[in-house]
Amino acid sequence: MTGARSQTIFYTVAALIALIGLADATYLTVTHLTGEDVVCGSGDCSAVLGSVYATVAGIPTAAFGAVAYFAVFSSALLAAFGYTRARMFLTLVVAVMFGVTLWLLYVQAFMLHAFCPFCLLSAALTFFLAGIIIATPSTTP
Amino acid sequence: MKRSLPFVIIAAVAALTIGAGAMLYRVKERAIAGGGVTRPSTNETGAEPLHVRGQPGAPVTLEEFGDFQCPSCATEAEIISKLEQDYGPRLRVVWRNFPLAMHAHALEAALAAEAAGLQGHFWEMHDLLYKNQAVWSKALDVRPFFNMYARSIRLDVERFAKDSTSHEVKARVVSDGEQGVSRGVKNTPTLFINDSEVRNSFSPERLHQAIDAALAETTPKAFGADRGLPLAKLQPRGEHK
Repeated sequence: MTGARSQTIFYTVAALIALIGLADATYLTVTHLTGEDVVCGSGDCSAVLGSVYATVAGIPTAAFGAVAYFAVFSSALLAAFGYTRARMFLTLVVAVMFGVTLWLLYVQAFMLHAFCPFCLLSAALTFFLAGIIIATPSTTP
Repeated sequence: MKRSLPFVIIAAVAALTIGAGAMLYRVKERAIAGGGVTRPSTNETGAEPLHVRGQPGAPVTLEEFGDFQCPSCATEAEIISKLEQDYGPRLRVVWRNFPLAMHAHALEAALAAEAAGLQGHFWEMHDLLYKNQAVWSKALDVRPFFNMYARSIRLDVERFAKDSTSHEVKARVVSDGEQGVSRGVKNTPTLFINDSEVRNSFSPERLHQAIDAALAETTPKAFGADRGLPLAKLQPRGEHK
């Protein structure tokens, strides 16, 4: 398999993962805006999504996630189609998401003492995206 | 065509996301508004006397429409408790019931709090219900828990159990719910500061701002006077006997 072909596959997988994240974050944003409690099995979504960390400057934190996943989807798709500048942007966005995810995991574990499975799914997706970015072969001229 | 294909896909995904989000929002709003609080068939304008915590002459009134089984309301209760400490006699808190149908025991909890109120201990039961929410909200039968809480605050448990199913107590909860609906309350917790709804009420900073703004605007006057209610109807802590 050529490097370029591998890259296309990696970026396409990243775009698909971002789509799952986009759906997750959109659901959480809508739920936050309607004020509904999120029922999530054994998890404690409302304790997390109803906390003071669930909004930043009045905007649901999940909405920032939705925007970030959309940015990842767009840039990964463009990268898969050969747009080289999109790769740099994709790496930057995923790096920021990785840092924010670490912070949100810390908040859930040590400040709220509650975990929301929807948030954990998002964290897993972000880690997966970071892994893909690292594993993607570098450009071959 | 190949150059424009990714942009077409991106635009389609953006449109799909916005469309699906808007549709989900409408469905959830309808579910909350339609299947939400129990509505009465009367024209009552809210339960009297009010459940008030704080000074009758406090310049700022924070009115909460809450649901004892709503986890977000339990979080809000802690925030409000801190605000009461911060503002002391300048802030008064009014409680209104808004039990949502999606919470299996919310109505029973509201009835229990009102039954405790008949013995003058509404706020003690209010605090206990929130403090122990994680315990009783998972139970199949909540009555033993509520009876235990009633015993712990030295209520007449037999009377408490009887009052919890009384028409008077049910009417009071229903009356609050009706007032909430008439004031546009759709979910819990919904807060009003001097009759103005507060958005983003989970942010202590936002609440501080809203209270500070209300303090700056308001000359000391009673909540009841604001709303055309006689002061005699306001019973801090003591409740209706």
